[in-house]
Amino acid sequence: MLHIINKSPLTHSALESCLRVAQSGEILLIEDAVYAATSGNAFEGKIREAMGRFKVYVLQPDLEARGLADRIIAGVSPVDYGGFVDLAAANKNCQSWL
Amino acid sequence: MRFGIVVNEGPYQHQASDSAYLFAKAAIARGHEVWRVFFYHDGVNNASKLTEPPQDDRHIVNRWSKLAEEHHVDLVVCVAAALRRGIKEENLAQGFRISGLGQLVEAGIKADRLVVFGD
Amino acid sequence: MSDIKKFMFVNRKAPHGTIYALESLEVVLITAAFDQDVSLVFLDDGVYQLKKGQQTKGIETKNFSPAYRALEGYDIEKLYVEKESLEARGLSEEDLLVDVTVLGRAEMGELMDQQDVVLSF
Repeated sequence: MLHIINKSPLTHSALESCLRVAQSGEILLIEDAVYAATSGNAFEGKIREAMGRFKVYVLQPDLEARGLADRIIAGVSPVDYGGFVDLAAANKNCQSWL
Repeated sequence: MRFGIVVNEGPYQHQASDSAYLFAKAAIARGHEVWRVFFYHDGVNNASKLTEPPQDDRHIVNRWSKLAEEHHVDLVVCVAAALRRGIKEENLAQGFRISGLGQLVEAGIKADRLVVFGD
Repeated sequence: MSDIKKFMFVNRKAPHGTIYALESLEVVLITAAFDQDVSLVFLDDGVYQLKKGQQTKGIETKNFSPAYRALEGYDIEKLYVEKESLEARGLSEEDLLVDVTVLGRAEMGELMDQQDVVLSF
């Protein structure tokens, strides 16, 4: 399953909930969730831990818009909107953790 | 592959409609079909033809209308959510139509993937 | 050809503060008419939607919580609540206004994986 997260983990529980409940799959960070993919943020440890169970992607245009494209945590893969589409197509189902 | 998209937030207030639009455009560019976009909750405000953003900003409503016209995307606005928020036939932008929630369920059934954008 | 898909509605938001819970319930009721395999999931603050004894008179809004009890009449009987979400809110099954199946987080995650369509509001 593709898990789509769109909120900063520092203000909302969406990513935390996803990591608690989902067992495996792929995670795509979009909109304000891209802050989770940046090195030095307080949630970085949890992202690193999650990378053992999930493949983690971040939407590059959202990261660029927020001035953080040069801070991606090693191991998190940047994708563009086409890559987003590919992820949605490749996974059997998807869930937006709103 | 056939995609369905759900938009749950209004234009300009939240990035959801922008993300949904860019996803739809990318899906079409990849050779997929975007069969239907269903607008629910405050998402119905994406269908207001009274929308007038400043000249230097993107026109979210017209952008959806253009996508519908060029790629035969079915833009459906939930009737119950629309009436609550003052969206009616008389202020409906080009390419949108008002219909029931059954159209959302149908999108879930007929599309290979349903992707939700919201808050 | 079978057109039956597994639909899951994931409710993670509390009622009343925003309209999401009410409008989500409206979709669920419509989905029942399409003879699909429907599950409702309550996670995080979504579990508050099922709290017994909601009285909305004082805030002058519609109290839609009794509608959860009507779901059974629409053949929607798969209601799942995550154990950890309940515990984190000091709630137990007795606090809920309908019968639900309580699942641990891992079981909940597996159930999600099995769905065809996951709608979250």
